[in-house]
Amino acid sequence: MIRDALLVAGKDLRLEWRSRVALNQVAPFALLVLVLFAFALDPDRGLLEKATPGLYWVAVLFSGLLALQRSFSIESADGNRDALRLSGLDPAGIFLGKVMAVGLQLLALEVLLGIGVAVLYTTPITGWILLLVTAMVATVAIAAAGTLYGVVAAGLRVRETLLPLLLLPVLAPVLIGSTRAFEAALGGTPSEGWPWVGLMGVIAVLYIVAGVFGFGPLMEES
Amino acid sequence: MVHLRGAVALLGRFPALAGVDLDIDRRRIVLLRGPNGAGKTTLLRTLAGLVHVSEGEAVVLGVDLLTDRRSVRQRVGLLAHTTGLYDELTVADNVAFWARAARAERSDVDAAMARLGLDGRLRTVPVGRLSAGQRRRTSLACLIARRPELWLLDEPHAGLDQEGRDLVDQLLREATAAGATVILSSHELDRSLQLADEVVTLSGGVATRDS
Repeated sequence: MIRDALLVAGKDLRLEWRSRVALNQVAPFALLVLVLFAFALDPDRGLLEKATPGLYWVAVLFSGLLALQRSFSIESADGNRDALRLSGLDPAGIFLGKVMAVGLQLLALEVLLGIGVAVLYTTPITGWILLLVTAMVATVAIAAAGTLYGVVAAGLRVRETLLPLLLLPVLAPVLIGSTRAFEAALGGTPSEGWPWVGLMGVIAVLYIVAGVFGFGPLMEES
Repeated sequence: MVHLRGAVALLGRFPALAGVDLDIDRRRIVLLRGPNGAGKTTLLRTLAGLVHVSEGEAVVLGVDLLTDRRSVRQRVGLLAHTTGLYDELTVADNVAFWARAARAERSDVDAAMARLGLDGRLRTVPVGRLSAGQRRRTSLACLIARRPELWLLDEPHAGLDQEGRDLVDQLLREATAAGATVILSSHELDRSLQLADEVVTLSGGVATRDS
């Protein structure tokens, strides 16, 4: 399973490297969202700084949706889904490989958005450890849930519009948890953030387990 | 090798296979023929374990398709109308990925590419820039690197030049000589009839063996 996961992750990352979709489209989109928030809230600098954690994670979610849709659109072209089903790859390995690839792209995006927030919103960055752990755990949760729901939507003609409808509600707890944890880190009260990290950790584990056991049957049915 | 008895496969509510009886031994090349919509592609996809058999008996490579399609999939190679290739990846990347997925050795990858004439300049060309014939060759390289026991080929000559078509015929003869079985559908009847040991005609989802 791990071997298959690494093979799929390597393939997906190589595809991204060659196509530059994440670099040329998703990253500019993410920065654009930050800039638009800054325009909308600029008259009130205090509000912008206070809302930084929420705006940051909304930007991550919106851009993450693009990365997730890309992850499944590459499999819907020219019979690739059938080829994957025939490949002999362990479905759990395919799931974990896609989670790894999407997760790494999300982490790169989060670093970029972090720099964007620091520059555009002039938010002082504090509580580094909590910020980093929150980002890691939230990323795993988003990538795992997104990959699981992505395969549900992948076989449908309306997948581009259906995935956000399916995914955003179930990621609301992750958005709330990561925002609260970031607020605690940036507000200088990290102890208030760790329970939220724990909650997101539970969500991440649940989606990983659901994906490992459910991805195969979902890939067959979708 | 292949044993179907009253096999029914539904596409939605439509019975694409309406009670197919078929027995095929090892090392045979079997041609499926029939008009468009006769069920040839569905039969190939069913034997590959991609389409669910809802009624009857279906045993492929000694495995019951009704209970265990996954282990059959690992042992068959399907060349479909679609290529199953990633446009942004190079020819070498595509063949290596699908071959490694099937636990093939590095030497199998190199041999397959060389056999299909993909070992030169084409290795590093993204598949999206290839001609239809070159894409077909790449798909064939992916298939033979897997060393399948059962080859399922849907119009294997399509898009290939004369040299490529001859190469396909040669590959199929070599595969059966090595112990594999080949089932192909083709509208190139003259060429395929020369190649085939047996001919099965499909019509309305029912198979009839030609004498």
